[in-house]
Amino acid sequence: MVPAGPFDQVVLPHLDAAYNLARWLTRSDVDAEDVVQEACVRALRFFGGFRGDDARSWLLAIVRNSCYDFLRRRRPQELTDAFDEEIHTAVEQTQTPEALLLRRADRAMVRQALETLPLAWREVIILRELEGLSYKQIADVAGIKIGTVMSRLARARARLQQLLGSDAAREVAR
Amino acid sequence: MNCTDVRSLVHAHLDGELDLLREVEIDDHVRQCEGCQAIYESQRALSSALKGDGLYFTAPASLQRKVRAAMRSTAEPSRGWSRAFSPQRLALAGAAAIVIVAAIAGPIVSRRSHDDQIAQEVVSAHIRSLMASHLTDVLSSDQHTVKPWFAGKLDFSPPVVDLKDQAFPLVGGRLDYVENRPIAALAYLSGQHVINLFIWPSTSSADAGESFLGRQGYNALSWTRDHTNFWAVSDLNATELRRFAQLVRDRSDGG
Repeated sequence: MVPAGPFDQVVLPHLDAAYNLARWLTRSDVDAEDVVQEACVRALRFFGGFRGDDARSWLLAIVRNSCYDFLRRRRPQELTDAFDEEIHTAVEQTQTPEALLLRRADRAMVRQALETLPLAWREVIILRELEGLSYKQIADVAGIKIGTVMSRLARARARLQQLLGSDAAREVAR
Repeated sequence: MNCTDVRSLVHAHLDGELDLLREVEIDDHVRQCEGCQAIYESQRALSSALKGDGLYFTAPASLQRKVRAAMRSTAEPSRGWSRAFSPQRLALAGAAAIVIVAAIAGPIVSRRSHDDQIAQEVVSAHIRSLMASHLTDVLSSDQHTVKPWFAGKLDFSPPVVDLKDQAFPLVGGRLDYVENRPIAALAYLSGQHVINLFIWPSTSSADAGESFLGRQGYNALSWTRDHTNFWAVSDLNATELRRFAQLVRDRSDGG
């Protein structure tokens, strides 16, 4: 755990995490770079208020908000889509694809499946699976309740299984 | 626990958000239930597909430069930033990057190799205790016999807990030698498996959470609490060893 120290020591070690989140949320290299820069400037501004010991979550929360601000300005449609999905989709009780089938899913398939997830689901999956954050940390970063983290994760995973299961099944059939 | 319970907890379980007892209960159920097993396997497969290479985007080198530049222009002295980010400091930041990485990674790395060394020592001590049939100096399943036995032999009093009711009967205690000092070793049984619990005072005042190492087919779990190092070593499986460790901690707190 990194104690609060000078800004560059606390924040810059988490630049990869910041970029990874921004890249997945904006789905663009160029936009991700812009957003991370903006987020770091914001972080520097708020740094006086940082008292915690979890610098990564603190920075990721700022990056996440910067991403949402950016999307609100540039691609507001994506935020509405996420909202609609949340309201209108129940957790699918589809048949579970066989583990074997999922193991066949290649990297390109997985990447594409992740990119098609609604924003609100994509962020919890990225924070959990790629960044390894706990439910509590995800709740803090995304500004949602732990219960919401859990239901979004369940929905996101059900969707991913559906997408990857059918993709992999098609590959097998070919 | 029935299938509905087990299935509703699949995510929390695989994400490591459950307590150990709940985990053990679910694992038992999943082993015996084909339907639940398929669901767990499928979730695990998804998780490992997501952990593959090529999905994590690392920051391009140019970004680090841009961020530093952006921070520098933001951190004009007239804007009143804290002294920690004086322009000189930020100008030096590029050169300091390596130092920073070393400063942060250094203690972690050296702590790890230190732990590795101790792991080797305690695993060797564990093996010796079995080879030489010298498991105990004081053969007693009574914690009130074992604990006083250490008095006068060690410069600290190790916590001795009885876990017979949890199927980890205490066999006895002995002196051992780790990290260049005499330490307490308590022997417990789990079925046919011997667990050695090594205990000695910690030089650091900070508590440390559980860390796990595998060595030569043995499992070693360590943690630090109340200025005391604990190492549990056994050929017992990791889940059961964790349960043992948790019980030791719970009981030590209680008394």
